[in-house]
Amino acid sequence: MKVGLFIPCYINQLYPQVGIATLELLEKLGVTVYYPQGQTCCGQPLGNSGYEEDSKGACQVFVENFKEYDYIVGPSGSCIYHVKHHFDILEQTPDVIKVRNNAYEMCEFIVKVLGITDVGASFPHKVGLHKSCHGLRGLKLGSCSERMDPYYSTEEELLNQVKGLELMPLTRKDECCGFGGTFSVFEEAISVKMGKDRIHDHLDSGVEVITGADHSCLMHMEGLINRNKQPLKVMHIAEILNTSM
Amino acid sequence: MSHAKQAEIFNKNEAKVNWHDKALWYVREKRDNSAHNVKGWEHLRDSASGIKAHVLSNLDEYLIQFEQNALQNGIKVHWASDAEEHNTIIHEILKDHKAEKVVKSKSMLTEECHLNPYLEEKGIEVIDTDLGERIVQLAKEPPSHIVLPAIHKTKEEVDVLFQEHLGTKASQGDPEYLTNAARKHLRGKFLNADVAITGVNFAVADTGGFVVCTNEGNADMGAHLAKVHIACMGIEKIIPKEGHLGIFLRLLARSATGQPITTYSSHFNKPTEGKEIHIVIVDNGRTEQLSREDFRASLHCIRCGACMNTCPIYRRSGGHSYDATIPGPIGSILSPGKDLKKHSSLPFASTLCGSCSNVCPVKINIHEQLYKWRQIIVKEQPQPVVKKSILKMTGTVFSKPGLYSFIGKSARFALKYAPKSLIYSKLNAWGKARDLPEVKNENFDDWYKKRSKNNG
Repeated sequence: MKVGLFIPCYINQLYPQVGIATLELLEKLGVTVYYPQGQTCCGQPLGNSGYEEDSKGACQVFVENFKEYDYIVGPSGSCIYHVKHHFDILEQTPDVIKVRNNAYEMCEFIVKVLGITDVGASFPHKVGLHKSCHGLRGLKLGSCSERMDPYYSTEEELLNQVKGLELMPLTRKDECCGFGGTFSVFEEAISVKMGKDRIHDHLDSGVEVITGADHSCLMHMEGLINRNKQPLKVMHIAEILNTSM
Repeated sequence: MSHAKQAEIFNKNEAKVNWHDKALWYVREKRDNSAHNVKGWEHLRDSASGIKAHVLSNLDEYLIQFEQNALQNGIKVHWASDAEEHNTIIHEILKDHKAEKVVKSKSMLTEECHLNPYLEEKGIEVIDTDLGERIVQLAKEPPSHIVLPAIHKTKEEVDVLFQEHLGTKASQGDPEYLTNAARKHLRGKFLNADVAITGVNFAVADTGGFVVCTNEGNADMGAHLAKVHIACMGIEKIIPKEGHLGIFLRLLARSATGQPITTYSSHFNKPTEGKEIHIVIVDNGRTEQLSREDFRASLHCIRCGACMNTCPIYRRSGGHSYDATIPGPIGSILSPGKDLKKHSSLPFASTLCGSCSNVCPVKINIHEQLYKWRQIIVKEQPQPVVKKSILKMTGTVFSKPGLYSFIGKSARFALKYAPKSLIYSKLNAWGKARDLPEVKNENFDDWYKKRSKNNG
């Protein structure tokens, strides 16, 4: 099994610790991980802003980097969603199709492909899970509150096995945090208000650490938490799962 | 004004935003509970979506079948290609009957065609009889929601409005008192109306009849008291068989308000003796939307408003921020098809969270259509120069790994060492209410290279 590690641009530049945790965690689980050099971006910020056409170069770079791999694993649901759903703008060569089919969000890869839910982590804290929209509703990492399907959650399956971790129930289980890529800047007022409301839900539930499988949402909420000096920490789920006993 | 600007204004009053958000979230939760009580809810949605897709693919035939059956039942059928024709047809019918007073139950189509101002200009009194619509009519405002037209108003605001227009006493917003006052006021209007106008929720091809759903019975009051009933419908309101109502009526009210069914689901099949029923079938841009493959499914819409109730942006920006007849997510995929320039900010008033598509009872892929409209808008509408150049440049940078690596390093350097006053300047919308991430000494690439070296 040849696994290529996809580190999204903003994680590479701003949150290297998330990339490190992802790599270490996968290796801990017995996976040989390759990190192709020369990665840039999946093109999501451009596509979501309406500049899909201008993202073709980025998408091609992605395909070139990852066409050799059986699995492409990345710690960001929305980027993986973009690869799977929006790479339809490229000519659908066997390489493009292969890359789209083999792209996995990290949690899904661990639970579905590796078949592991207990990664041997320990994290004795009260944790609130932010279910990022593109992972949840796009990649179907869990059941959505709007749909009448049986309940499941890939991230919760993993977090429930972490020693000492207490998963706190939220009032609005899967409401958007308001990040939305360039939405966060061009619809600043609503974006900020949505983020504040999400954070309040976590605070009201006694959460100490907000986690999730998409660090872009966490970056947005962290920005608000730090500005407002709120007693909350933000950690990517890979960082929690990579803690050792 | 763009949606973002309107939303910013709405957000100046955070208490009101919280109130608006909670009021609509309450409706969304009622919808969830109600849908949970239906076995096979997702199957119902699949069926409804399938029927709508089938109707849209065979619309010509179903419309003709509907017309034939309606005519046989003694209903008069009119065809309008646009809003103007719709309004003229209605005015002609009113003239034929020397009608001066009209009562109207809820119809988003007549809003879309701006029928009220058109008729008022001709000296005709048009009274909206749905309580919420009457409230916004008195306030001289458009509805802010398609099912809850006055949801942006608190009961205290309604109190003041009624004192001014209906002569009520101050009641600190007592809902029972205010509703009774409205009821008395509307009773008189119903009794004196010459013509009643209603919308149409479902037009049944195989019977030629149609169904109007209300909770207040105002459509029935109007239609049964007046001599003439005019029902206005968009061409997409057709369903093939009466039996299909078993699917749509179960979905509609549950999705809209969480009720198992609307209080009144009234079937109109033929006029009573001495009375007339007219149906105006309106296109007004619908066939054009039908011709756009990516946006065709937007015509599935049964106007339940569930996408508005669930939309985190709608709940926090209010319906008026969309400046469109139909606000919220569904409006944001319908309106650009009518006037791309005017509505070009709407597809961007979304995080593409997808909640709208999930609640939609007829499974319109709303968030995917929002994404598609964005691609069209940046091509066909002038974009802010800064935004455009930044994104185009980003596209180039991401296509060249070497350049990307250089830019990434420079940007991190700038973020780390530039003075705070520069980083948190007015130009940085991110930094207005949010801190920027703390920049580390190395990025992941640097760390990985170091590790590979150390591991030899």
